[in-house]
Amino acid sequence: MEMNYVIDTFFAIFAMTLIIFMVPGFAMLEAGLVRTKNVTSVLTVNVMIYAIASMSFMLIGYTYAFGSWDHQDGMSQYAFFLFQMAFVGKVVNIMSGGVSERSRILPLALFTVAIGAFIYPTIVNISWGANFLSGTVFDISAMHDLAGSTVIHSTGGWALLAAILIMGPRRGRFKKNGTIQVIPASNIPLVTLGAFLLWIGWFGFNGGSVGAISSKENADAVALTIMNTNTAGLSGAIVGWLLTYFRYKKFDITMMLNGALGGLVAITAGPDLYDIHTPILIGAIGGALVVLFVPIFDKLKMDDPVGALSVHLVNGIWGTLAVGIFVSDVSILTQIKGIVLVGAIVFPLSWITIYAINKVFSLRAEEDEQLEGIDAIECGIEAYPEFKRSI
Amino acid sequence: MKKIEAIIKPFKLDEVKEALVEAGIEGMTISEVKGYGRQQGHSELYRGAEYVVEFIPKVKIELVVSSQEYADKAIEAIKNAAKTGKIGDGKIFVSDISKTIRIRTDEEDEEAL
Repeated sequence: MEMNYVIDTFFAIFAMTLIIFMVPGFAMLEAGLVRTKNVTSVLTVNVMIYAIASMSFMLIGYTYAFGSWDHQDGMSQYAFFLFQMAFVGKVVNIMSGGVSERSRILPLALFTVAIGAFIYPTIVNISWGANFLSGTVFDISAMHDLAGSTVIHSTGGWALLAAILIMGPRRGRFKKNGTIQVIPASNIPLVTLGAFLLWIGWFGFNGGSVGAISSKENADAVALTIMNTNTAGLSGAIVGWLLTYFRYKKFDITMMLNGALGGLVAITAGPDLYDIHTPILIGAIGGALVVLFVPIFDKLKMDDPVGALSVHLVNGIWGTLAVGIFVSDVSILTQIKGIVLVGAIVFPLSWITIYAINKVFSLRAEEDEQLEGIDAIECGIEAYPEFKRSI
Repeated sequence: MKKIEAIIKPFKLDEVKEALVEAGIEGMTISEVKGYGRQQGHSELYRGAEYVVEFIPKVKIELVVSSQEYADKAIEAIKNAAKTGKIGDGKIFVSDISKTIRIRTDEEDEEAL
């Protein structure tokens, strides 16, 4: 029916637009969490990622993931592409945020191409797309991951894990006597703005992944998906807020926001399948995992300025498992198989790629470059030229 | 000529300035600084990690006066206005100035103050 085609095309484009709010979302979140001397370069990276990842996907990755441009007839092929394209940059954003303040821009662009053209499309292919593993023992297409707890979030998370291990912490972060040097956020209002833009983007991220809205059934599924997504965010925020207070006797807005994001990642695998109350629990656990893991990664000397490992890798895994735990029709073994296979592909591929890029092109900035700030080294533009540098 | 340098708590600036004006002081320079003496810093918490902020924001007031008489008046004014009785009230330093020049008119020393 032509009307369905039109409505579903429109909905896909609308959802895509909401997802693109995640571009300024990541940008503002990261800009706020790093020091002023690195803000311009972090923002430059964020713009670069959207442009290059999307372009790589358009020119190379998309057909690799789905086999062709006209593999479906429910909506305009261009709308379907746009919706899929909106996700690609997010995978790289997850990785780049976690290695902020010590990455150089051009080598990061090379890794962006690798993700957008090859690594990410491989994962899309075997889970949502043309599926070259179909029929083999490695077939994971039965894994229920509606919007990408595994496909997007833990993919980015595995890449980040490889990057953090290879590149090491920021200069001065972990002192020789074992203490942790705190590097506080430079702009809390931006952090807050960024996190909420991401939250809004999630409505398109998850809602749009239902794939169609033009029937009563689909409309209900989309609305339920978005509702469950939001509920998990609320729950993650509350738990992040309270757990931090009980643990440390102080509120920490960055943990509250990370808690919300953790809940949103955790719900992303199955928001279409849960009743309206289960997301409260899933999001709560997501928020708790963030509050738990951020200090753990610090103790392990894995320096993550934005908490991306806790939000995206840990909760990407938890979110995928949650579908198997709470939905009787979904086997937890199928979910585990998907989680493991994706990790087994993404982590080594990312490791090799990042190791090579770092060796040849110096992805990691030198200690004295980090001291001056990536802005001075690579951009020549101060983000806050009229504000005094703190001593 | 005497230079008076005072480190005070930032929120005392308005009170100190008013007191100095009442004492006949016609100009001064201030800067925002950080420092510590016997007043300890405080600890803050960020994402589960504690850190100590040792340097506390203060305001430094600098002024140059033409005579010991004015210097004494200024010191009294600052002392009374800046005092809270709690630790961290600050310090006043007095030194000698060998030359002063008013840029606009080329006036020197006492005439320039």
